[in-house]
Amino acid sequence: MPDKPRLTREQIARRAAFELPDGAYVNLGWGIPNLIADHVPKNIEVYFHSENGILGMGRRARPGEEDFDLVDAMKVPVTLMPGASFFHQADAHLMTRGGHIDVAVLGGFQVSEKGDLANWKIPGAKNPGGIGGAMDIAAGAKRLIVCMEHTTKEGAPKIVRQCTYPLTGLGCVDTIVTDLAVIDVKPEGLVLREIAPGWSIEELRKLTGAPLLALGPVPEMQFV
Amino acid sequence: MRSKVYSSLDSAVADIRDGARIMFGGFGGAGFPNNLIQALSSKGTKEITAISNNCGTRDGELGLLFKNGQIRHVIAAFPGPHSYYFQDQFAAQKVTLELVPQGILCERMRAAAAGLQGFYTTVGVGTEVAAGKEERVIEGKRCILEMPIHADYAFIKAEKADELGNLTYRLAARNFNPIMAMAATTAIVEVDEIVPVGSIKPEHVVTPAIFVHRVVQAKGVRYAG
Repeated sequence: MPDKPRLTREQIARRAAFELPDGAYVNLGWGIPNLIADHVPKNIEVYFHSENGILGMGRRARPGEEDFDLVDAMKVPVTLMPGASFFHQADAHLMTRGGHIDVAVLGGFQVSEKGDLANWKIPGAKNPGGIGGAMDIAAGAKRLIVCMEHTTKEGAPKIVRQCTYPLTGLGCVDTIVTDLAVIDVKPEGLVLREIAPGWSIEELRKLTGAPLLALGPVPEMQFV
Repeated sequence: MRSKVYSSLDSAVADIRDGARIMFGGFGGAGFPNNLIQALSSKGTKEITAISNNCGTRDGELGLLFKNGQIRHVIAAFPGPHSYYFQDQFAAQKVTLELVPQGILCERMRAAAAGLQGFYTTVGVGTEVAAGKEERVIEGKRCILEMPIHADYAFIKAEKADELGNLTYRLAARNFNPIMAMAATTAIVEVDEIVPVGSIKPEHVVTPAIFVHRVVQAKGVRYAG
């Protein structure tokens, strides 16, 4: 496969941040999605939800500012935005499951051409894995974006016809942002919206385990 | 007025027998009843079924009880990458695990609290958690039946309690605590501060006293290990 530059994790996060509409309530999952908070465009304001019961979560706490009763879902001390609120975990997931979160962004091990997501357990691992809030979020977010590398470290496609990893949810993914492309999951299949600079559609298709439709011109991914 | 205040952490857990089902509040290091966990460690109750979001961080939180071999079965959403004692015990088949989506864990406990015999949800349909569960289509959506989770005790961490048991919580240390307090038969609460009745404004009460059975002063242990 071509040994060309791909987007870094920070650049994937930056590109995904452009998907957030002004005023949105947003939940960010572990991994690349957690980086998105640092990349929100200056001209919009979004409100971050954390499933441990925070709405209006601000930036990460600086050294000396940490309060360990105020952490995000990754246990990292955070701050609050003006207008923030606290609530218990059931209400936090009522928000995710009940269709109140405008955009959720999760990491992924695999996404299928139908938008099935696998992101919580590696098959055959000794560790039993952890579902956390992912299944509630996948089931209920108004729009679900998955951020992940396009292939595994070994080069295998992570976008596949059918997931072979344990599933998180069926048909839940709306958009995939990878280090090589932006892809929308549509009723007609996976539609290529943007491609990483320097890559051709044919090269991308070789690294994708499901058919990729290019319905019109495919511009380069913007991430600056 | 009958005060619910116990004089010591040990007395607050003294009647907990082997085989008890216990809910433990806390998420991400915040809101764990670490002083009560230490008291339960000292008491040595065994064969516990633990219900908690995760399975401890190293020696901390539930880690201590796994280290002691006191837990037999755990119902959790996210055992956690640093739950080393749980992972060892799980690999050795000394502990069994039911993995539950986090929001569904909340709602199953809330169903128990609310006297509801379960509910249908789209969460987990087509995944491992749907195995063995009744499935039906409601409003055009595939759903599975989830059953309530009951417990004998809930170990709760709150910021303040009055002598009746009205509770407030600090920042995001609230998390699972109010739900578990409602769901368990006996809710045991460790608090940073016990205040006179009437000093918490009624509109600021998060957990009403009806759900609280025992209140005990925490000793300031933030980490159980």
